[in-house]
Amino acid sequence: MTTDWRPTASLETLRERARLLGEVRAFFAERDVLEVETPVLGHGGSTDVHLASLSLTATTPAGQERLWLQTSPEFHMKRLLAAGSGPIFQLARSFRDGEVGSRHNIEFTMLEWYRPGFSLDGMIGETTALIRAVLGPELGNETGPLRRRRYRELFREALGFDPFTVELDALRRIAGERGGLDMEDAPRDDCLDLLMSLVIEPGLGREGLDVVVDYPATQAALARHHRDPEDGAWVASRFEVYLAGLELANGYDELTDVEEQRARFAEDNAARKRLGLTEVDIDRRLLAALEHGMPSGSGVALGMDRLIQLALDRASVAEVMAFATPSC
Amino acid sequence: MANYSTNEFKGGLKVMLDGDPCSIVENELVKPGKGQAFSRVKLRNLITGRVWERTFKSGESLEGADVMDLEMEYLYSDGDMWHFMKTDGSFEQYAVEKKALGDTAKWLKEQVAYTVTLWNDNAISVTPPNFIELEVVETDPGLKGDTAQGGSKPATLSSGAVVRVPLFINQGEVLKIDTRSGEYVSRA
Repeated sequence: MTTDWRPTASLETLRERARLLGEVRAFFAERDVLEVETPVLGHGGSTDVHLASLSLTATTPAGQERLWLQTSPEFHMKRLLAAGSGPIFQLARSFRDGEVGSRHNIEFTMLEWYRPGFSLDGMIGETTALIRAVLGPELGNETGPLRRRRYRELFREALGFDPFTVELDALRRIAGERGGLDMEDAPRDDCLDLLMSLVIEPGLGREGLDVVVDYPATQAALARHHRDPEDGAWVASRFEVYLAGLELANGYDELTDVEEQRARFAEDNAARKRLGLTEVDIDRRLLAALEHGMPSGSGVALGMDRLIQLALDRASVAEVMAFATPSC
Repeated sequence: MANYSTNEFKGGLKVMLDGDPCSIVENELVKPGKGQAFSRVKLRNLITGRVWERTFKSGESLEGADVMDLEMEYLYSDGDMWHFMKTDGSFEQYAVEKKALGDTAKWLKEQVAYTVTLWNDNAISVTPPNFIELEVVETDPGLKGDTAQGGSKPATLSSGAVVRVPLFINQGEVLKIDTRSGEYVSRA
């Protein structure tokens, strides 16, 4: 058998990809958002229990050190914000172990940007404009008006219950039935995640861009929380943009409180220990930067490969990457 | 057998599910935002042929199934069992039950090689070659001159299968048939 050395994307697709990355840079240049490059390696990593970080051992002046490959460029970019960079964006290689599929690749390109002083609404507007600019006038206009969907409403419409108030036992039963698996011991958010993925997500973004807002407060590690005017329940100041059933972007009104951030890192690592997962070194330099003070504002992380996939109408992210992980 | 975790699931992997051997057709990772990851898996039950769709939590595992596809030549039937012989020169024979033979019963021809699927060394299914040449044993007389277009008629083949053939085909002719669709391809 011959070894398959060929690219997973056609050369024509790679030329189109380069053009679309140019569109992104032009979009931000026009808005005076500075392009930055930060390291993919860090002394701290993401503690999020649902993200598997890769790490390696490097020889540095301090000796043999464990360094983490970033799951997104968030920590380094926030340190730039604390240093007074103003608005910044980055097309950053990011790494999530184990994630391979038609929508996932272990190594991928994250478009991430931060806007000091922007409200979540302002950020939703800019994210939508960016997506339309990359899709081009034809596809961009076809996406129609933006629809804003509240997380609670989506569950009520599709499943007939309120995800915030439903009894855990009932939730586990519904999730188990819908997924055809045992969810008896599953935590609340895992049940909601399953139903979101299997039942709600496939229908999102079918008639245009859908923006989902007001997530449960437990589902946003680095976002501020606010109260739902409906009944005062805590919700996360977070949004997600969907197109054609694909989750494209995730935005936060960024957490700037150092004590809250420290507590969430510790909670994550405690949960990791409980679940038998590797504990991740926390990013002390990020905490120091927050202690110094980071301007409040909003940030967005967008899966660039998925956006390119949609813009070029390809079936998988592998088809828009020179060499997807299985072929690298 | 070894256990396979969801991240090792890929097309063609043979695993045990609910006591039956299955072949994985497709595995798709689903993961909302930064939430819990799940694998949506399509599996073909190798006993019934039905396709199941199941969801697994990332990291769950299934036991591997001792399943092998072997090429074997059809020998004969004794009425109860259908006998096949390995083509690797070992002359080893396997007896196949009617249930495992399934629809392949109508495409049987001696000395033709079939793919026999074994689970724990028992035959659980038989797949015919994609194309097979069979003789017409019964059909209405052929219409002279009608070689171009229009019309078809049923023809019974030596294996017992009934297929639609063009009107110009006569009894005794050998035809090439696509066993996947059960359609006439050409004269052999």
